[in-house]
Amino acid sequence: MPPGSRHAVDQRFRYVYKPLVFCACLIPFLGCVGGVLAASGIARVPGLSLGVDPVRYVLDVFGKTTLNMVLITLLVSPVRHITGWSNLLRLRRMLGLFAFSYALLHFSTYVVVFQDLSWHGITQDIAKRPYITIGFASLLMLVPLAVTSTNKMMRRLGRKWAMLHRLIYLVAALGVLHYWKMLKLANHEPLIYAGIVAVLLGWRVWRRLRQVHRSGASGGARRATSRSAIPKAPEKA
Amino acid sequence: MLIRKPSDIKPSEITAESVFRQRRKFLAGAAAGGLFAAAGPAAHAAAGYGDAGGLTAADAAAYPALQYRLNQQYSVTEKPNTFDQITHYNNFYEFGEDKTDPAENSGKFKTSPWNLTIAGEAEKTGTFTIEDILKPHPLEERIYRFRCVEAWSMVIPWVGFPLGDLLKRFQPTSAAKYVEFTTVLDPQQMPAQRTNLLPWPYIEGLRMDEAMHPLSIMVVGLYGRTLPNVDGAPMRVISPWKYGFKGGKSIVKIRFMSTQPHNTWNVVDPTEYGFYANVNPKVPHPRWSQATERRIGAGFFDQRQPTLMFNGYPQVASMYKGMDLHRYF
Repeated sequence: MPPGSRHAVDQRFRYVYKPLVFCACLIPFLGCVGGVLAASGIARVPGLSLGVDPVRYVLDVFGKTTLNMVLITLLVSPVRHITGWSNLLRLRRMLGLFAFSYALLHFSTYVVVFQDLSWHGITQDIAKRPYITIGFASLLMLVPLAVTSTNKMMRRLGRKWAMLHRLIYLVAALGVLHYWKMLKLANHEPLIYAGIVAVLLGWRVWRRLRQVHRSGASGGARRATSRSAIPKAPEKA
Repeated sequence: MLIRKPSDIKPSEITAESVFRQRRKFLAGAAAGGLFAAAGPAAHAAAGYGDAGGLTAADAAAYPALQYRLNQQYSVTEKPNTFDQITHYNNFYEFGEDKTDPAENSGKFKTSPWNLTIAGEAEKTGTFTIEDILKPHPLEERIYRFRCVEAWSMVIPWVGFPLGDLLKRFQPTSAAKYVEFTTVLDPQQMPAQRTNLLPWPYIEGLRMDEAMHPLSIMVVGLYGRTLPNVDGAPMRVISPWKYGFKGGKSIVKIRFMSTQPHNTWNVVDPTEYGFYANVNPKVPHPRWSQATERRIGAGFFDQRQPTLMFNGYPQVASMYKGMDLHRYF
């Protein structure tokens, strides 16, 4: 079997790349679990300390990892187009599902540990504090994306799938806003995140405008070919 | 500015005789009434911290022991946070905005020599050495609740003396309605002061009656030892019924004023931080509820506890009678 064959690539993704990326995405989670075990004295984990306030630490790690995963997911398309490495697309679903999982972990930590299951406290926060409202709304928006992430749903929804999954753009923007509004002082970190989101979304706008411009210049034919060039799985840019 | 050396100034010069006598009487009464317990391990055991907060030998070597007595009347019996927690979880923005920044950046901060300037509406103003400032005041340990405006809390065994005793020595005039505390401005040693993170120097203030309240203290120590830099060495203010940011750290200037001081956080965001900043579970911060707090050091799944009005110091309530505490938050 030649190394570049479709089958060989499938095998490499299945047994090497995907497991590697999967393990890398698990690191923040495993670090927090180990740290909590160490902090509660259940297990001795050398060199792993979550500091004086492990609750805040875990909440922050899960929150920031959510944002990182959303941005990495959004990075797949530009990198794929710029490098021409179209197989990157095979990792995107897993990255997106990790973004959703970390968002769920972040929210669960907030509900169970930070708010100590105080429903009054939680509902008051969501209703009254804009940055928490924004964060909660972002989580809700991720739910339909995770639910429709299967091959079956992709086929069933067809072109609507791509439309629906553009919600991730909004989630990215709201996620940064949630982070920024949570902080006491204007901090440089949310600004960096905002800059990255602006570049990632700006690239898509630029590409779309260029497409429209070109299809306008050469009639409908060009547009039709670029549509048909979309791989079998519906794609969101 | 003329700085007088300790030899130039007698304690009697800056301590009103009446204050001096009062304190003697107070100490005598206190001794008779058992207000103070003897210091040392026995007292610490009685106060609930047998092993003195887990200080390491290195900590003990770094911070010289102080002479003090435990003030039981004003101390809570809750278990204090460990020395490690109190010195590795700090909001001291001069050294950086993360809770761990002060521990990382304040190690080399120099607190000696140190001068304190007294200014404004008082009979005796000028600049004094810290030795002159501290000399007449016997030290007491006060185990106070500490409630941050960010809805976390600790229990901290401070060592200090009543702020009012210090202020009275300078004979504030009848025009003095407020006291302003200024933190040192030293961008060389305080990295964040080289940025515009906050308007520097950090300013805090109290109303005169608040400053004179027996619960308000000037802190010079922690866990029976010299105050670590991270906690505001060499001296910082604590009013335990107020949110932590009201207690200015590394104080270099005290000014008696006829008008309300412009405290830093209130200047930065008047919708989120007031001048009074009394701990009040009924007045939420715009971004979180103040009804409960997370006690640092409590179990991972068991941190929330109700926040008490005035942080559990009801004796201050009379100072705010008739005031709308929602408006004057």
